[in-house]
Amino acid sequence: MASVTTVLGVPPAPATRGRRFNGLPFVAPSVTILLLWMIVPLAMTLWFSAQRYNLLDPSVAGLAGLDNYRFLVTDPDFWASLVNTLVLVGSVLVITVVAGTLLAVLFDQPFPGRDVARLLAISPFFVMPTVAALVWKNLLMHPIYGVFGAVARAVGLPAVDWFAQFPMVSVIAIVSWEWIPFALLILLTAVQSLDREQLEAARMDGAGLISQFVFIVLPHLSRAISVVVMIETIFLLTIFAEIFVTTSGGPGNATTNLAFLIYARALLQFDVGGASAGGVVAVVLANVVAFFLVRSIARRLEV
Amino acid sequence: MTGSLAGRVAVTVAGWAIALLLFFPIGWMVLTSFKSETAAIVPSLAFAPTTESYAEVQSRADYLAFALNSVLISLGGTLLSLAFAVPAAYAMAFHPTTRTRGTLLWMLSTKMLPSVGVLVPIYLLFRDLGLLDTRTGLVVIYALMNLPIVVWMLFTFFKEVPNDILEAGRMDGARTGSEVWYLLLPLALPGIASTGLLSVILCWNEAFWSLNLTSSAAAPLTTFIASFSSPQGLFFAKLSAASTVAVAPILVFGWLSQRQLVRGLTFGAVK
Repeated sequence: MASVTTVLGVPPAPATRGRRFNGLPFVAPSVTILLLWMIVPLAMTLWFSAQRYNLLDPSVAGLAGLDNYRFLVTDPDFWASLVNTLVLVGSVLVITVVAGTLLAVLFDQPFPGRDVARLLAISPFFVMPTVAALVWKNLLMHPIYGVFGAVARAVGLPAVDWFAQFPMVSVIAIVSWEWIPFALLILLTAVQSLDREQLEAARMDGAGLISQFVFIVLPHLSRAISVVVMIETIFLLTIFAEIFVTTSGGPGNATTNLAFLIYARALLQFDVGGASAGGVVAVVLANVVAFFLVRSIARRLEV
Repeated sequence: MTGSLAGRVAVTVAGWAIALLLFFPIGWMVLTSFKSETAAIVPSLAFAPTTESYAEVQSRADYLAFALNSVLISLGGTLLSLAFAVPAAYAMAFHPTTRTRGTLLWMLSTKMLPSVGVLVPIYLLFRDLGLLDTRTGLVVIYALMNLPIVVWMLFTFFKEVPNDILEAGRMDGARTGSEVWYLLLPLALPGIASTGLLSVILCWNEAFWSLNLTSSAAAPLTTFIASFSSPQGLFFAKLSAASTVAVAPILVFGWLSQRQLVRGLTFGAVK
């Protein structure tokens, strides 16, 4: 816009000749702030990860070299958090993709009130994480006051204290509930672009429901499924609020994932160096996924 | 895929059963919000409806302050990222160069940086700059966090605007500023609106930075709701009432913008 060009001291492109348009002043502000947003904190994280730095104890100072990393890999909590992260991400991915695919095919079929049913089904995605987690923890999973306990007692089973007995399962349930609608929404869009004539032809040739699904629907969805997997992975790697308000990583370290471990190191134990080393690990993990995601999107991009 | 009557009935029953099951926690929360505090801890459908929890939540002055923070931070973050994204998306959509593709993909890749990887430096920078627990701080973070998605979505919407109209404006001597303001913005308004809506939804529900960078003065609803997790805050009806009010507007926005949401969240990779 005009103000941007004047601030940077670059005159606007000649009015009548679009070919000689100079896009730099338009794109540069966004690129610059994103570059700063990425480079500065990342460089600081790398720097801190090689420092002895504790917010509470100024006497701890100086270069640590790789000590923070050495400490991290010899810390059983770190490995536990890595395992927890992978269990959480893996379970939620499997649950949401399988459920999302089946639901997408289901909600693609015409039935009375389908549009309303769809809206209800995608709703959990719009619930803020702290609300989702607390509603599940208190109203549903509470062993005495919760709905699940009441249902269990009604059929003569003992009520389960979910967060004490099955903490990781509980967190996985909450996060899956939030992300099934996302998978459903994306995969439904993909299902709707399916070539109906192809299905029709398959049916003429005597293909049953299952072979139609396996040989036509699934291959058509493969691309969308890979996008869902990658985007979810990016978000799920750093699940935080759901753990923060329900288990605080416990009992013990049963639900401490990498994100929660870093938070605890940094803002509860004030160990900047150690937390930063953990942060670098998180960045590396996410980048492995990001590499494939960006490559997959690049193939589809038309400029 | 099914033609028979039995098949249609099965699809209808399954579709509605699953939809209601997924919606149940939200429905139960709304139901509980109309119970009295003593009725709320009994998981039962039989109760005398009351709005006392809403009255109590609303009468707490700080609830309104949290809600106001959510509104201001979401709108502020969205407007700030739009201000940066509109010029960038305009240039890339209508005057693409050999670098446009690379720039778009690079912007997207910045979104892959996990927040937790930069928690420590951002926290320390905010502390030193006096931005901890300020609305300004969160507005800046949210604008940066959503900028790649906003640029990307605007880019795809701008691509759908016929270049001829802008070209004609240029021929008539419109400067770039007025070309964008008088021609592009009105034509692309629906797209800009849905981009803004998605950004508001993402800001409103964001719960990593808000929990870590705010405590009271600038705390949005996500942080306020989290305060119910302490044992002394175990008031089911009030938690439900506060949550219902916090979730309702975004739920409606989400219902309205579900189509555009797919485009924004998958960066156009799924159509």
